[in-house]
Amino acid sequence: MFTPERAIFAASLLLAATVGASLAETPHLGKPIDEAAIANWDISILPDGTELPKGSGTPAQGAVIYGDKCALCHGDKGKGGEAAALVSDVEIAGISASQKTIKNFWPYATTIFDFIRRAMPYQTPRTLSDDEAYALTAYILAENKLIGANDVMNAETLPKVKMPNRDNFIIRFPDRI
Amino acid sequence: MANARYRNARDQNLEAVAGNGLIDRRALLGRGMAFAGAVSAGLGPSSAAAGAEPLADDPWSLEVGDPMPPYQTRSKFEAKVARTLSNPNNEPRNSHARTPHHLLEGTTTPNGLHFAINHGGVPTIDPEKHRLVIHGLVKQPLEFTLETLSRYALTSRVLFLECGGNSAPMFSPQPLQESVQALHGLVSCAEWTGVRLSTLLEETGIDPRAKWLIAEGADSPHLSRSVPMKKALDDAMIALYQNGERIMPGNGYPMRLLLPGYEGNMNVKFLRRIKLVEQPALSMYEARTYSQILPSGKAYRFYFLQEVKSFITHPSHGMALKGPGLYEISGIAYSGTGRIEKVMVSADGGQSWAEAALQEPVQSKAFTRFRMPWRWNGGPATLQSRAWDEAGNVQPTRAEFVAARGELTKPPPVLSFPNQHYNSITSWGVASGGEVKHVYA
Repeated sequence: MFTPERAIFAASLLLAATVGASLAETPHLGKPIDEAAIANWDISILPDGTELPKGSGTPAQGAVIYGDKCALCHGDKGKGGEAAALVSDVEIAGISASQKTIKNFWPYATTIFDFIRRAMPYQTPRTLSDDEAYALTAYILAENKLIGANDVMNAETLPKVKMPNRDNFIIRFPDRI
Repeated sequence: MANARYRNARDQNLEAVAGNGLIDRRALLGRGMAFAGAVSAGLGPSSAAAGAEPLADDPWSLEVGDPMPPYQTRSKFEAKVARTLSNPNNEPRNSHARTPHHLLEGTTTPNGLHFAINHGGVPTIDPEKHRLVIHGLVKQPLEFTLETLSRYALTSRVLFLECGGNSAPMFSPQPLQESVQALHGLVSCAEWTGVRLSTLLEETGIDPRAKWLIAEGADSPHLSRSVPMKKALDDAMIALYQNGERIMPGNGYPMRLLLPGYEGNMNVKFLRRIKLVEQPALSMYEARTYSQILPSGKAYRFYFLQEVKSFITHPSHGMALKGPGLYEISGIAYSGTGRIEKVMVSADGGQSWAEAALQEPVQSKAFTRFRMPWRWNGGPATLQSRAWDEAGNVQPTRAEFVAARGELTKPPPVLSFPNQHYNSITSWGVASGGEVKHVYA
């Protein structure tokens, strides 16, 4: 059964395991694998920029890629189409989620890069190079006037982009974290 | 006259416990419900017997039936019991399939009717080739297969699973005239069997700096969510089976993360990677989609918990009662915090309440079926249910909920998700003619 007592016990076991004193009898059927072998799957970007890859892109480069691979669904200049608008000056009034935009809601620019690289284009995910993902991120940020038209996005600059809504969130149940 | 006397005699055994016809739930335990059919039909035995046709053998009783298939499916007469689909042609967007609660009973959602939401179609995953890797802040990254995981000590739990956006149509300022399937169809309950995540993490070892894990799927959006280590070490499971058989493709075949009581989207399907990290990723689904705008203009982050909720499934919107008499009100209650403690039912819009019978076993973070006998007098009625969980949390009234979380300025499309984590009381209005509609009360 799952109980808090057991969880605490398990947690203490885990701490013990990390210093090499494993107490639990489990099958140990996991095959050791090194991080280098996982690298192609290791695509999560943290908000402080951890795991952002090498490479870079500019809004101008992104505009070209956007026209080729994104505009069909997201509309001309990101104004929206079959898929959500990426560029908008809508301001939030009332509680409807339909108003959420990258500019008025998304707290971190790293999320844009992460989502493009893992999930877009919708029909052919994981086909963009890191440079292309940076360029598209730069294009969306520039069209939203969150960065300058000539700003280069890379592992150093992207996490520093200040998103307007960043400090507007409340952790719902802090004791569950 | 003899028949009338018969009914009256029995009626005296049924103690009224609240207004507008609610009857002591103990009536469910014994002979109380046994004669309900006769009473609700409004006909006594002798008058019904007078014009009855002599019984004859039907055609199916006079011929050999069909061969049994290796994997049986339900009767062809049950085809209407189906999920409703938001994107039947798999257009390039997400797809939802909603559970028809008004056509089901008990507490187990059959696998073919379990709700599902997918963000890039349903992947066809070869179980021989699927891999789960656990890495990041661990002592030794490890790779598991379905075969190796199936050799671990398995554990089974009956658990509800609910989309954070279930019941979202009730953010509407007016009650949408929609069924319980459309309003509350994004929650289901199944027995899930799998390996405790804590067991696998014992084998990888945990770096004490790890405070979160990122779970990621093998579907085309590579859906990812951040989960506190606190939950991972409490009761998280890598599920391999759903109601005794391998997980349905749309529900995450061949393996998924299960976080009992937490919003569905975090229970990452097609699970292929778990990475232990110091900080949450703020992936798209947690930074945008599953953050809820509040009336103040701020937004909740990391809501996670599916709070105590109940709704009546029988009768419910779209049904029609066939004349005054005895009926059973029944529905579903659940809480992401633990067991359901009690469910109260009202037939007069909340003016008076009576405690419903809870179907055993009452399990933590699982559907609990509640039942309440009701004698409909043929007049207007407003049916409601309200649940309490063992931690003392109570399901809010709609007024209480709206005061805290707000409502929309105009009715939304029924398939939209204008906000999330809605859990107030649902009200069904019964008109004098027996028609049941969704109302706010």
